[in-house]
Amino acid sequence: MSSTPRWLYVVLLAVGVFAPVLLPQIASQLAFLWIMVVFALAWDIMGGRMGYNSFGNILFFGIGCYALAVFQRDLNWGGYWVALPIGLVFAGILASLAAVFFGVGMLGLREKYFAVGTLGLGVAAGEIAASWDYIGAGGGLSTTLMPVAGNANVYWAYIAFATAVVTFFALKRLYVGRIGLALGAIRDDEDKAEAMGLPTTRVKTLAWAVSAFPLGVAGGIVGNMQGFIDPRDIAFAGPTYGTWMILMAILGGRGTLWGPVLGAFVFQITKELFWVYLAEWQRIALGVLIVAIVVFFPRGILGWARERWPQRFGVRVVETPA
Amino acid sequence: MSTLLEVTGVSKAFEGVKANTDVSIRVNAGEIVGLIGPNGSGKTTLFNSIVGYHPVDGGTIQFAGKEITTLRVPEIARLGLLRTFQQTRVYKQMNCVENLQISTPAAQLSTASLFVRVPKPVTEKAEALLDFVGLSSKRYLLAGDLSFGQQKLLEFAMALMSEPKLLLLDEPTAGINPTLINGLIDRLRRANAEFGVTLLVIEHNMRVIMNLATRLYCLAQGKILAEGAPEAVRQDPRVIEAYLGGH
Repeated sequence: MSSTPRWLYVVLLAVGVFAPVLLPQIASQLAFLWIMVVFALAWDIMGGRMGYNSFGNILFFGIGCYALAVFQRDLNWGGYWVALPIGLVFAGILASLAAVFFGVGMLGLREKYFAVGTLGLGVAAGEIAASWDYIGAGGGLSTTLMPVAGNANVYWAYIAFATAVVTFFALKRLYVGRIGLALGAIRDDEDKAEAMGLPTTRVKTLAWAVSAFPLGVAGGIVGNMQGFIDPRDIAFAGPTYGTWMILMAILGGRGTLWGPVLGAFVFQITKELFWVYLAEWQRIALGVLIVAIVVFFPRGILGWARERWPQRFGVRVVETPA
Repeated sequence: MSTLLEVTGVSKAFEGVKANTDVSIRVNAGEIVGLIGPNGSGKTTLFNSIVGYHPVDGGTIQFAGKEITTLRVPEIARLGLLRTFQQTRVYKQMNCVENLQISTPAAQLSTASLFVRVPKPVTEKAEALLDFVGLSSKRYLLAGDLSFGQQKLLEFAMALMSEPKLLLLDEPTAGINPTLINGLIDRLRRANAEFGVTLLVIEHNMRVIMNLATRLYCLAQGKILAEGAPEAVRQDPRVIEAYLGGH
């Protein structure tokens, strides 16, 4: 286990705390930066640590979008500022429950079958949401606006930052636990893990539920921040958010602690620059970037670094007295 | 001695090819039993049937007094019956210590325990077992970077880590450097004597199995051909015929 230099935490903390007040005009992009970090970290639990490439994690994001919006619309306990944190936790829990529910069927599938199965899950959810009147159907759902004067995105940037920080440290803690090893065992050889008596079904279900929670919270944040939830373009936006979460984790280095964070930063910053400087061409440039990521960094930036300098990542021969 | 494993009349065919026909073997607690036979005689098929890798066509299998014929691999493993593979199966992108840390007996892996750090005694036991199989200096290397022989030793240590009652070893010395084989025989014996693990061993190397086993079964063409003391089985004309004959 490589230790993280302290300056990195200091720099990230400084960005998280000062950037929204110093640069309020890009507060929305900053909020999305942290949301992207959450996306990549959450996806990496399954795709990186456990080797299950989920193409349907957008499902949990979408559930979170609607869960918070409906909670605010129909219950709104204690007014906006009380209902928001409760609603965000509710969004996370609902997403985790969905993961347990769908996990029963999906987690029996392996490798590409799991990938395709989950892809279908995300698409189906979008279609269902688009025809369910209770949540606005195809017309979408307007969300409660934050009751603040001025730029609400500054507040969202802080809420997203806090979510990313909590997700990061929760996962860091999780990975040093036994479940971190169990995920690695399933990734490396699931048949062997079964033959050793490891409770693989339980581990896989837990992992999916854990990865669904922050995605549900992120969904709640994004839905509220946008002020409007479109079932296909925001909530269950497989081609954008759903694909980006995978790409960011792969770009940074799947299965590493900092890889998803790094990947999210590189991806989000590049993407925003494309949007600003390559008007009209931005989507093509993004497509080229995606292809380049997969071709040149199949193991990601940190994965490449780990192969190059394995000692820095704790791989070493122990000198023993002869 | 109490019977630990009782295989009674087990048959298994693959699309008409009879891999095992009416095979019965018994392993008593504390024994080291050898299973020999020419290539394709159905030894690995029998192992797979015992550990629940595939359903059997007929017959019954009992382990520690419990009917396990229709149980599946993870359930049987949790009862304390483990196997190692002919081709090694280790967690290649994890280091040796981690490979062992996650191989604790399944009973210790409650849902709550998954969320806490690996307890210190587990790590200490992992390091002791790595020392036992001679991989101590390699303990922070990725398992996938070890040589084939070292991976076999690691897999053996993983099996011991989970404290099985019965361990099925599929050709433990195949692919191992001949100078290391004596050390491995010694370790298998010590695992049996010191850790109390009963062993059922498939082995092609006659010198090894003669040294190791207290009792032998010989399979040929899917049927039990002979059983008994190692020397008696080796000199059995039917066994010699099976190995050297023109089948």
